Amino acid sequence: MTYQNPPTTPRKSATFDDYAMSEIRRAAATGIYDIRGSGAKRKLPHFDDLLFLGASISRYALEGYRERCDTNVVLGTRFAKKPIELKIPITVAGMSFGSLSGPAKEALGRGATLSGTTTTTGDGGMTEEERGHSEKLVYQILPSRYGMNPRDLRRADAIEVVVGQGAKPGGGGMLLGQKISDRVAEMRTLPKGIDQRSACRHPDWTGPDDLEIKILEIREITDWEKPIYVKIGGTRPYYDTALAVKAGADVVVLDGMQGGTAATQEVFIEHVGLPILACIRPAVQALQDLGMHRKVQLIVSGGIRNGADVAKALALGADAVAIGTAALIALGDNDPHWESEYQKLGTTAGAYDDWHEGKDPAGITTQDAELMKRVDPIAAGRRLANYLKVMTLEAQTVARACGKNHLHNLEPEDLCALTVEAAAMARVPIAGTGWIPGQVKF
Amino acid sequence: MHATNSALAVSPNLGSAPRVFDLAVTPLRELNQALHSNRQGSNETQWEVLNPKGGHAISAGVDTPISVDIRGSVGYYCAGMNQEATITVHGSAGPGVAENMMSGEVIIKGNASQYAGATGRGGLLVIEGDASSRCGISMKGIDIVVRGNVGHMSAFMAQSGHLVVLGDAGDALGDSIYEAKLFVRGSVKSLGADCIAKEMRPEHIAKLQELLDRAGITDAKPEEFTRYGSARSLYNFNIDNAAAY
Repeated sequence: MTYQNPPTTPRKSATFDDYAMSEIRRAAATGIYDIRGSGAKRKLPHFDDLLFLGASISRYALEGYRERCDTNVVLGTRFAKKPIELKIPITVAGMSFGSLSGPAKEALGRGATLSGTTTTTGDGGMTEEERGHSEKLVYQILPSRYGMNPRDLRRADAIEVVVGQGAKPGGGGMLLGQKISDRVAEMRTLPKGIDQRSACRHPDWTGPDDLEIKILEIREITDWEKPIYVKIGGTRPYYDTALAVKAGADVVVLDGMQGGTAATQEVFIEHVGLPILACIRPAVQALQDLGMHRKVQLIVSGGIRNGADVAKALALGADAVAIGTAALIALGDNDPHWESEYQKLGTTAGAYDDWHEGKDPAGITTQDAELMKRVDPIAAGRRLANYLKVMTLEAQTVARACGKNHLHNLEPEDLCALTVEAAAMARVPIAGTGWIPGQVKF
Repeated sequence: MHATNSALAVSPNLGSAPRVFDLAVTPLRELNQALHSNRQGSNETQWEVLNPKGGHAISAGVDTPISVDIRGSVGYYCAGMNQEATITVHGSAGPGVAENMMSGEVIIKGNASQYAGATGRGGLLVIEGDASSRCGISMKGIDIVVRGNVGHMSAFMAQSGHLVVLGDAGDALGDSIYEAKLFVRGSVKSLGADCIAKEMRPEHIAKLQELLDRAGITDAKPEEFTRYGSARSLYNFNIDNAAAY
């Protein structure tokens, strides 16, 4: 048998893969960078790279369905006269009315309330349906100050000063004109139909010393009643957490790069910031170094999907987690039910992320009056509550297996890692070894 | 903070006498809580604050139509989020005075530091001296009258309301401005992105006269001012404008 000029298998570049080439073609055709919603889609070191060890001869397990494993968490115990007590350590992250439809915001409030947890406003102010359907509502103070007013500040249950978010730490926002309905325009004090930029820095403070005074002002206006959170994107978690504590935060909210956004440049989402797994231990270290762990509570977010993620985040030292993208999926975002409509938009269920265009077939990331009718806030709220319940049960299952009678009793010693990267980030040993890579001072 | 003897430092409001808080002996929290506890229709309409000594958040969050006279200079966020009250600072004000003001009046007899009237939504802020940088940043309906000069980046991303400057404006006035209207009597060192000089039409003359009247200014004529506002060329993102950002 002889070969003459035998063919090789066609080989695509690992560097210039299909996506990279499609993006080059798209940029060349349009002259504009890609804007999309959601968080980082690239594969990142994450909670999946950790495993719980479970009970053994030296660790007693707790009996499922018989022995308690508590899940409550109190937020704001440092300075606030009225801390918030949650039944579960899972909160709903800030998402704006404007980027989300009114029924979607109502559903988030309903689901959170059924579950005994908080939901959070966003860049756009507080809506009546959100306040009315949220037993406990966190009110965000963002650089844009859209919708900001002292009445809403006082009828919030907690206040969150947003310094940054995981999807775009250091970036502002842009709500494109097509999503600016009359109602959104009125709430934001801007003409209808124009792009609304959300600034990347606060208008009236710069740096940690100013932030301390800003927090003082908010406390004075609200008579020191409300817990005040400071939300940061995952960049320098040790120093940012320490500075937030120094500035007087009751709670630090730390968001990794998997955390979603309504609309930002693809390059920003995928290339700026840290995955949440890399953020938690440095933040906890900062709290411990200041003697403030469990006194200033830590909420982490970015890619939380199930009870195992919740349990792992808490085992690494967080007091609670927040979900955004997962909550939207529970409401119906990217549901295969709408596949034919996703295909008309040039995408597929599970990949739809042009949330800024306002054409969401699921009626969630839109201000289109017809599309938003597809969200039944009662049924969607029920789904969110079911999902939160399942996540909590899953986390309890894991905790009991580790012998813990409260989720907060989970600890790094309950974990091992499957990869060198995850071991270094989570500061737990690689499975089957006692080796924790990268143990140097931050 | 002096937590003791505070009761001795607070005088009751008898008849028309003001209720006086001396911050040399009364904690800030006590002052602000008393101001917030004051209800609509209360006869405690005159308040006086002594020895502010540059303290922060003095008279922040007031929400009734009272009059507060602060005898001295204040630090950050004095009169923050003010609603309905008339607050007069008989001195100078630190950063963020009257930030996010909703209504009422705030009068600064001296100078104001950065971010004066930031994100204000209504009411009138009068600065009788100069204002530093970013005066009226992101303003959302407030009217601001500055007798002196304003610093750089004033009216940055200003959405609505009016900024009146009897003196000069610094660099990048009105950068990325939306629908706010700016009136400057003196020179403007430079205009920010998408901010242009505009024609003074009769309605602008009338509005400016009204603002000057409200601010008690009688030695300036509307015709002496130039109006600035948005060219509206950056309202919807266009890649061909990228160099403007």
